[in-house]
Amino acid sequence: MADRGLLLQTGPFTVRVHSNINGFIRLMQQFYGQFPVVEAPAIADFHVRVTRPGGIRRWWRPQVQFLLDGQSPFQPFQLSHAFPLFEWGLNWSIAMRAHQYLMLHSAAVERGGKVLLLPAWPGCGKSTLCAALVSRGWRLFSDEFGLVRVDDGQLVPLPRPTPLKNKSIDVIREFTADVEIGPAFHGTRKGTVAHLRTPDASVVQAHIAAPPGWLVFPRYRVNAPLQMKPIARPQAFLKLANNSFNYRLLGLQGFRVVTRLVRNCDCYTLSYSDLDEAIDMLNRLVDT
Amino acid sequence: MALREPARMLAFGLDEWDLLLRIARQTRLLGRLAVIMDEAGEVEQLPASVQQQFTAARVFVTHYQRAACWEINRILAALEGSDVPLVLLKGSAYILAGLPPSRGRLLSDVDLLVPRELLDSFERTLLAHGWAAVKLEEYDQRYYRTWMHELPPLRHPQRLIEVDIHHTITPLTSRLRPDPEKLLADSVSLADGRLRILQPVDMVLHSAVHLFHDGELANSLRDLVDLTDLFQHFGKHAGFWEKLVERARSQELLRPLFYTMRYTNRFLAADIPVSAMSAAGDAAPTAPVLRIMDNLIAAVMLPEHPDFPRRRRVVAQWLLYVRSHWLRMPPGKLLLHLARKQIMRWKHRQATAGAVLHGNR
Repeated sequence: MADRGLLLQTGPFTVRVHSNINGFIRLMQQFYGQFPVVEAPAIADFHVRVTRPGGIRRWWRPQVQFLLDGQSPFQPFQLSHAFPLFEWGLNWSIAMRAHQYLMLHSAAVERGGKVLLLPAWPGCGKSTLCAALVSRGWRLFSDEFGLVRVDDGQLVPLPRPTPLKNKSIDVIREFTADVEIGPAFHGTRKGTVAHLRTPDASVVQAHIAAPPGWLVFPRYRVNAPLQMKPIARPQAFLKLANNSFNYRLLGLQGFRVVTRLVRNCDCYTLSYSDLDEAIDMLNRLVDT
Repeated sequence: MALREPARMLAFGLDEWDLLLRIARQTRLLGRLAVIMDEAGEVEQLPASVQQQFTAARVFVTHYQRAACWEINRILAALEGSDVPLVLLKGSAYILAGLPPSRGRLLSDVDLLVPRELLDSFERTLLAHGWAAVKLEEYDQRYYRTWMHELPPLRHPQRLIEVDIHHTITPLTSRLRPDPEKLLADSVSLADGRLRILQPVDMVLHSAVHLFHDGELANSLRDLVDLTDLFQHFGKHAGFWEKLVERARSQELLRPLFYTMRYTNRFLAADIPVSAMSAAGDAAPTAPVLRIMDNLIAAVMLPEHPDFPRRRRVVAQWLLYVRSHWLRMPPGKLLLHLARKQIMRWKHRQATAGAVLHGNR
């Protein structure tokens, strides 16, 4: 990774990553070790460098910066946070550029050949619910991006490590013993973050797209009783369009893609506090 | 070069594509490249990943062009009832007039030319209809208003396109002083009668002045592409070249026209008649100065490898930055301005360094 860079394949994207930070390289091996590597020469969608800035910061409170095509879009992080910086930076890069897709801010998991979309804003518990579903056998598409192909409306997998935040880390640890969670990074912009390793099965099938089947807007509330309510399609349309990264950018095309998606899905809101109950409910929804 | 001979791209290996796409993105020409390949009808033969990136670039460009058209639509609505002539400049003019430089062209602002005496009422109208000044330091505001040829940019808070209102095409303090009255008087009406664009020769001269006497020239290959397109498009019309040189002479813009002809021809193989080239050559600088310009322009205008920026470019960029200011204002004002900018930059750095220290533990 230090000299020629690593050509990593994640879903439809090829990412060239350069870094000479040993701690970061070790974490990349831990979290992306099972991902396919592309043989050079290749066309990368993103050229990323995770490096240390020069100057006084080399010795005093060392920092790390994320460079996309040699440009640094945001402030450096403290050196030990190189991995969350990379994850966050790559998400940002995708959201800024991948306009060949309609990008929903949504978790996406697949079961029985159809995709369940869980669109939500941060804090609604989508990553936690997504992680729990995946630990019970759903195939992970993405915990952050619902990538919708514009020409046929199919969802495209983009498996990556799932970032768990604050209390979610222990919630998932208690929920299942069968997952690998990496080191906790304290004091990031989103509090404490720890990453969940992507299941091998999801990585192996990352090239297999699937049609959408269900659209469920989740909302975690402390002690809330489990409640799943169908919502009307026009309402689902508005919620989904507002939650997209690039709905406006796609113009008429965006309108058509969202319309088609909403028509092909059963649409619900889900409020929950207990993960087991929520998963039971979603399994029943899908299996009927 | 890919822009000159698109057919050569078909023979590109994956490594070459990888670098070309990055450079095109860096120079804001990715959309343009996509359109060139569309026109050549060769897109389907390209590697899948190239097609994907082209698709994304087309979506992006289309969105910004649509947003610019909508911005103009909103300005016209705000002006309903008044008869301020609205002359579009640069990107928005190319798009609304359907001129060749609009193909795949990205733009982030709408530039307008308004008669100076109507400037205040025009600005007030837009402010009353919800536009607001893009937040600037007080000094920058004053800088725009006293020395520049445009108002501080305005933006509607619900939209993304900035509106730049010009009352002439060079800074008030500049040594070049083309007459804006003539530009307005000779402007041409578009299909929508409320909109106008500069006549062809003025359109070229404005773009030339903007490129060589106003901007900082860094990453300005795109502007050179615009000018090449304009030459190719208007150059076919009878009398264009003679009129262009004559207008440049009477508006005292022959020097920027000379540079434009020289570098569009040199880098993008623009087809310029020998007679026009030699006429503009009257305004060429002395041979040693020209040699320095050739080197500087090549260093900043031609894109470079994104991972390996050269020091030469940084130095050249700085020299051209100083040059652009030198042309823009007399030495006394210039010194004062650069000193204030430096102090502001220094203060800003202190402030952000403080924020990083306290905020990002």
